[in-house]
Amino acid sequence: MLEIKDLHAGVDGNEIIKGISLSIKKGEIHAVMGPNGSGKSTLAKILSGHPSYQATSGEILFDGKNLLEMEAEERSLAGIFMGFQYPVEVPGVNNAEFLRMAHNARRVKAGEEEIDPLDFDELLSEKMKTLGMENKYKERNLNDGFSGGEKKKNEILQMAILEPKLSILDETDSGLDIDALRVVSEGVNKLRNENNALILITHYQRLLDYIKPDFVHVLSNGKIVKSGGKGLALELESQGYDWVTTAN
Amino acid sequence: MSDEQNSVSDILEDNTYKYGFTTDVESETFAKGLDEDVIRAISKKKNEPQFMLDFRLKAFEKWKTMKAPEWPNVHYPPIDFQNISYYSAPKQKKVLNSLDEVDPEVMRTFEKLGIPLDEQKKLANVAVDAVFDSVSVATTHKKKLMEVGIIFCSFSEALQEYPELIEEYLGTVVPVGDNYYAALNSAVFTDGSFVYIPPDTISPMEISTYFRINTEETGQFERTLIICAENSYVSYLEGCTAPQFDTNQLHAAVVELITLENAEIKYSTVQNWYAGDKETGKGGIYNFVTKRGKCQGDNSKISWTQVETGSAITWKYPSCLLLGDNTTGEFYSVALTNGHMQADTGTKMIHIGKNTRSSIISKGISADYSSNSYRGQVKVGKNATNARNYSQCDSMLVGDKCSAHTFPYIETANSSVQVEHEAATSKISEEQLFYFESRGISRENAIEAVISGFCKEVFKQLPMEFAVEAQKLLTLKLEDSVG
Ligand SMILES: Nc1ncnc2c1ncn2[C@@H]1O[C@H](COP(=O)(O)OP(=O)(O)OP(=O)(O)O)[C@@H](O)[C@H]1O
Ligand SMILES: [Mg+2]
Repeated sequence: MLEIKDLHAGVDGNEIIKGISLSIKKGEIHAVMGPNGSGKSTLAKILSGHPSYQATSGEILFDGKNLLEMEAEERSLAGIFMGFQYPVEVPGVNNAEFLRMAHNARRVKAGEEEIDPLDFDELLSEKMKTLGMENKYKERNLNDGFSGGEKKKNEILQMAILEPKLSILDETDSGLDIDALRVVSEGVNKLRNENNALILITHYQRLLDYIKPDFVHVLSNGKIVKSGGKGLALELESQGYDWVTTAN
Repeated sequence: MSDEQNSVSDILEDNTYKYGFTTDVESETFAKGLDEDVIRAISKKKNEPQFMLDFRLKAFEKWKTMKAPEWPNVHYPPIDFQNISYYSAPKQKKVLNSLDEVDPEVMRTFEKLGIPLDEQKKLANVAVDAVFDSVSVATTHKKKLMEVGIIFCSFSEALQEYPELIEEYLGTVVPVGDNYYAALNSAVFTDGSFVYIPPDTISPMEISTYFRINTEETGQFERTLIICAENSYVSYLEGCTAPQFDTNQLHAAVVELITLENAEIKYSTVQNWYAGDKETGKGGIYNFVTKRGKCQGDNSKISWTQVETGSAITWKYPSCLLLGDNTTGEFYSVALTNGHMQADTGTKMIHIGKNTRSSIISKGISADYSSNSYRGQVKVGKNATNARNYSQCDSMLVGDKCSAHTFPYIETANSSVQVEHEAATSKISEEQLFYFESRGISRENAIEAVISGFCKEVFKQLPMEFAVEAQKLLTLKLEDSVG
């Protein structure tokens, strides 16, 4: 599904990603870990098409298409979703309306009619229920004044509405309380099927107890310095990053 | 269009010019310059009653003693008033028997602007007075309005048909010497719209004027007078555009509104004059407008809604004089500046009667290198017991080279008064737009959503179609500026 080949990327001429190759097949879950500032969020932003970040060499194929040539909007419509580490606040724009716009953009792309607002409200209520979210998420403005954890939950609500093929969740677990982590993780697990894939960026084993990765990659200074199975995460938890980053 | 320059003395001397407009020449423009003779020539050309000429001359005397205001937060080189032509009109017969006689070029111009004037295509529920340069060229739905006693016609026509109404009300809200540009307008205005709603009448449709500046070196000075008698209601819309020129054109209009007891006027403007070149700032309209409403009768209400998106410089403060008891004044404004535009706009709410209420909602959006100032005055007189005002002034910045300023002035001479003022500043950022795009929402829809969220309270005051247009206009203007 996703093929990253020797990717070099950065911002304003500063190289942050320094040669990453990664292959993800449908149905798989990949965890990406690594010290602060190692380039995890940058990789996520490159994948989702953030305009401030540029790939300088290498290639990214998504379902065989050259991802780097696509705008952020097209990538989303093609099935890529990023759950932001720091979701932005948008005052004045109602959360439910925003979700409806996003949902409709997909329908329009698929040549379908826009959804009836009442039908959408029903769909939204249903998704919110599975994620244990209260009605205030409908009424409030997009992330406006949301707490850190509320913002993360709202990201997962968007993921539930958009049903992406590839989701990149950037530290969705940080900021969630213990109960919320469980509910959100269960929600994410419910959204999984053999046709979609997941990249989980995280610092903590906790999340991986709920959502079990097939692969774990350690990013350090813009490179993947170690890859392994889910056992790798446990080793990292007990030993820290030093032994992988210095061994490199 | 071909222009023909006529010297003022020609017109004063040559009586054949009394009906001046021949059918074959398309446009007629006075030679540049301003003196008493020019004013007499305008008045004569329009065959005005004596009181009108006296009014003009009095205004001109005042104007000569006045100075252009220096307090607004806008900057421009001094205007050479001798380098402007004070009259320009598409040539046509004195009286049009039907719209067929309007120059087809002019009709096409309005059609291109989305304002079809001919009988088959005209907007079903909006009556339009189309003003081209200095002169009203067509007014639609006149008959239908007349059936319920509503007078809606060009100002020139009103001077011929209803001089007594004009003499009674003109200048009673904005006196001839009110301010520099109002005085100039009072001296040289050439046309505009006149509306009279008789007692106990709810206007069956929206009434609107559409202004178009077409000639490069003319000033546009139009005059609007709306009188809404006891227990009546009218909603009035005003739209404006101008072609692009490298030079600046002056637009100095005066609008006066009067409500008698229990009456209500809702006045909405979508202003999109040419703003000058986005990069260099060259050209564009100087929009120096005086708009004021007088709630004369008890329990009456005047509400101004404006969406200002154009002009190189805007200087404009639609205001309410709350004279009667229990009267209400409202001001809802969205002012967008981009490129090198400068806007200093706001309102004045003058509370004189008891239990008077006013509310001010101002939304300023600044982008690029522009400067956007809100200036509002709330003044409460000593007899205005229980007067209330609520003001909310929000600014949104797009990029970091623009600026936003708020200048609220509050003056109260009565202790039972409640005045509230709130202000906030926000930003539309590349991060926000990326957030939308990363959810598959186009940049255009994203800007529209953020802007319409910001302007919600103002847009909901506009008639439906206008609100949709206004939203599109803002989105279009901001698309290049964000990021
Ligand atoms: N827009 C930017 N401008 C300048 N530097 C940037 C920018 N974005 C990222 N960087 C730098 O690139 C490096 C990687 O940042 P990134 O956010 O990808 O790290 P991360 O692995 O997600 O860290 P964390 O675990 O703290 O979230 C950091 O040194 C960061 O300061
Ligand atoms: Mg990060």
